[in-house]
Amino acid sequence: GAGNAGVGGGNDFQWCFSQVKGAIDEDVAEADIISTVEFNYSGDLLATGDKGGRVVIFQREQEGNNRSHSRGEYNVYSTFQSHEPEFDYLKSLEIEEKINKIRWLPQQNAAHFLLSTNDKTIKLWKISERDKRAEGYNLKDENGRLRDPFRITSLRVPVLKPMDLMVEASPRRIFANAHTYHINSISVNSDHETYLSADDLRINLWHLEITDRSFNIVDIKPANMEELTEVITAAECHPNQCNVFVYSSSKGTIRLCDMRASALCDRHSKFFEEPEDPSSRSFFSEIISSISDVKFSHSGRYMMTRDYLSVKVWDLNMESRPVETYQVHEYLRSKLCSLYENDCIFDKFECCWNGSDNAIMTGSYNNFFRMFDRNTRRDITLEASRESSKPRAILKPRKVCTGGKRKKDEISVDSLDFNKKILHTAWHPKENIIAVAATNNLYIFQDKIN
Amino acid sequence: MSKMAGADGDDSLYPIAVLIDELRNEDVQLRLNSIKKLSTIALALGVERTRTELLPFLTDTIYDEDEVLLALAEQLGSFTVLVGGPEYVHCLLPPLESLATVEETVVRDKAVESLRKISHEHSPEDLEAHFEPLVKRLASGDWFTSRTSACGLFSVCYPRVSKSTKSEIRQHFRTLCSDDTPMVRRAAASKLGEFAKVLELEYVKSDLIPLFAALASDEQDSVRLLAVEACVSIAQLLPQEDLEKLVMPTLRQATEDKSWRVRYMVADKFSELQKAVGPEITENDLVPSFQNLLKDCEAEVRAAAANKVKEFCENLPADSRETIIMNSILPCVKELVSDTNQHVKSALASVIMGLSTILGKDNTIEHLLPLFLAQLKDECPEVRLNIISNLDCVNEVIGIRQLSQSLLPAIVELAEDAKWRVRLAIIEYMPLLAGQLGMEFFDEKLNSLCMAWLVDHVYAIREAATCNLMKLVERFGASWAQSTIVPKVLGMASDPNYLHRMTTLFCISALSEACGQEITTKQMLPIVLKMSEDQVANVRFNVAKSLQKIGPVLENSALQAEVRPVLEKLATDQDMDVKYFAQEAMTVLSLA
Repeated sequence: GAGNAGVGGGNDFQWCFSQVKGAIDEDVAEADIISTVEFNYSGDLLATGDKGGRVVIFQREQEGNNRSHSRGEYNVYSTFQSHEPEFDYLKSLEIEEKINKIRWLPQQNAAHFLLSTNDKTIKLWKISERDKRAEGYNLKDENGRLRDPFRITSLRVPVLKPMDLMVEASPRRIFANAHTYHINSISVNSDHETYLSADDLRINLWHLEITDRSFNIVDIKPANMEELTEVITAAECHPNQCNVFVYSSSKGTIRLCDMRASALCDRHSKFFEEPEDPSSRSFFSEIISSISDVKFSHSGRYMMTRDYLSVKVWDLNMESRPVETYQVHEYLRSKLCSLYENDCIFDKFECCWNGSDNAIMTGSYNNFFRMFDRNTRRDITLEASRESSKPRAILKPRKVCTGGKRKKDEISVDSLDFNKKILHTAWHPKENIIAVAATNNLYIFQDKIN
Repeated sequence: MSKMAGADGDDSLYPIAVLIDELRNEDVQLRLNSIKKLSTIALALGVERTRTELLPFLTDTIYDEDEVLLALAEQLGSFTVLVGGPEYVHCLLPPLESLATVEETVVRDKAVESLRKISHEHSPEDLEAHFEPLVKRLASGDWFTSRTSACGLFSVCYPRVSKSTKSEIRQHFRTLCSDDTPMVRRAAASKLGEFAKVLELEYVKSDLIPLFAALASDEQDSVRLLAVEACVSIAQLLPQEDLEKLVMPTLRQATEDKSWRVRYMVADKFSELQKAVGPEITENDLVPSFQNLLKDCEAEVRAAAANKVKEFCENLPADSRETIIMNSILPCVKELVSDTNQHVKSALASVIMGLSTILGKDNTIEHLLPLFLAQLKDECPEVRLNIISNLDCVNEVIGIRQLSQSLLPAIVELAEDAKWRVRLAIIEYMPLLAGQLGMEFFDEKLNSLCMAWLVDHVYAIREAATCNLMKLVERFGASWAQSTIVPKVLGMASDPNYLHRMTTLFCISALSEACGQEITTKQMLPIVLKMSEDQVANVRFNVAKSLQKIGPVLENSALQAEVRPVLEKLATDQDMDVKYFAQEAMTVLSLA
């Protein structure tokens, strides 16, 4: 079918199953639910964070080993507990260990570094390999027995011997106590020495080597909290202009700020907002226009925002309206009332670009996720499911039936499972490999060239 | 063959064996301890085993904690003797090379520092054969950590290598200046100045100036701002006639940079720039630039510039100084006095008084005094404090009396500020003010403030107030203390609040020495002794502490007759702390 063809790069290809990670159990432990997914800059490493505060890093196997079909599978490289549950005794508040975001740092030496954050504390982790071990003690023999101290007649210097590869994750820095509200975003600046962190009302700028202070660059907290009308929902640094960052708001607007202009970026330099269509105004208008994610394209020319029902692509040079709008699940517009009642309307869907910025991906319900080809305007709905998880199995496009008669292979809006939602997805920076988090399972799909 | 130092007997080897084993102990402290004694280990092993066994082991020990690596990097910088002298110094390069690639900046910097140090111990041949190849390896390394480290090594090898190697080094530096990663460009920009110093002038002009100009217009703010510092070093090297053409375009561009951080850097380095470019360019170029910085739209920049006002004016050429200040700088300063940003005002307040010495009495009275007075009434306490803390400059020029009418309300207001840190700050200036205003004025206007602080509800203020009294007594003398302070202090001994009673004890401890034996024995001691029967244990053990403090001031007879019985009684007190401090006092006073 037309929708089946290569959304994601121009070439004709189909998506096929590659791997699924995580337990098959129907009974999902809350702690195992994946809360963020992120490829590193080369795409060789893929990190996930979960509600239990753990970070799991997968590494892509080198291609060309014995199994001929394996095109570089991702296998567990390192697993560590990044955050623990805490209690703020001053405010009597529990601080969840859930990992809200992971961001990789550009690689600087043989080790890899990432930032992980929960609601309050950001941590810098180093993931490094060790393949040598020192051997030979003076006071112990090979079997660990103590030697008689009076019998030591010569000194031994330890010798390094090869050993099985060991991957270590060590916390390098802890950036704490700078956020009163919940952190929703972290983003590394292109100067590679600073990063920003955003919570509901403020954005702070940190130096990666300094943990005891950060600079507040945006503060939208009104003097009187009763006058609060909007919150910051996401923020990101421009991929190559070190002075530019954007933040999105619950009112559906995006502000672009220039850090060159002043130390405090309370005044934006650009304001992106689409005029509201009065005809579609409803009780839910404001809720569904809230932006849940904002991402710059790799080129830095565009940015993409996700709201409840759509994805929009904005040209940074045009503030008045998006250049492209893609409907993710327009059929839910008639369901907003029940989605409000079961709180689904507040779900925060993320979105991502492919490596060449010509396709975008975002999640939906029923373990469906959507891709849009920006050149051909073709779109596709795919499903992350165990049923089609046979090696190299081609993913069949799914279709949701919107009223009228249901055709074969279509699924009716009423039978969508709203507990199965795909909030977090990631696209390999160079290839057509995607990682899709479905509750506690991580699906990896890749292209199959026709 | 060299003889191993420790091979004489088993017992001398044991401690070394422990040290070597502890290089791998699980406890970081023990590892660190061992690394810090690395020279002992090396000495015991002898130069040959140090070279063939210890150093290879250390070369691969880069997995350790930062503090261990930092200590290792530092140790290796003074290891030349331990590997057999300059002849073998190149053996130290491999471990330092691996340390120069770790991600932790402090470790890398220390490794580079040690490499720079041992580079001087290389013979010219070894430098070409071993050191320079290392620099090249680092400069063309895959990871930016190694390339950043290379930037710090060019300047130490350049002067000592052959002509062809020199040209290679220049090429490497050029490459790193346009590296893909901003970290490396930052490292290159920050080393541009020191590299320029060792370069032949012709290459400074032909090679470095274009690189300097390129870095100064880098897309990254963090790179451009480092070029400002390089501006200073380069300007110092070039002959005056080249400055206009080679440096000034870049400096002008930095002064008007779109990014406030770059302009901030210019403001922050303004005095250095001023000295480097000389009087003529200062007058023609820097004065207008400085005016712009003082009027910058970003408060951070204005504050940085305001901080430099005094220094800039001081360094102006003597013949035109006054004219420039009066016509160009003072109008901007006047505006800053009513700036909207308190950091700007407070930065200005910390230096503005210094202008009076430069401008002299008449100008100060006519032009500066109104500004001082305005700042003394500023809404922000920090501004007022900064003015008050620099009163001495004005005192020298026009005498403080000119200010005293405005000073008093300002002081009183700060003394009663709701923020205890502000109160604390003003207390610290009291002795200085007392000295400048004189005893009479002080007694009349300020004494009551000083006494009021003694009963402040914040301990830090009461403590500072106590210390303040001591300094006042040192200044005004014992008889002043006896007539003005002591009665009030002693009066508090029967205050219903035990905290105030304790303040009496603290004051006595602080004042006894300055007040001398007579006052201490006749007036203070009886009160202290009486307080030993206080109901509150805290007061009683402070009695013991006070007695310990004032004991040395008393005559031995008083100690024996009056202090001893009281301490003996306190030593049997039912409260543990009272007992403890009583016994301690008796020991210290040799009464036990």
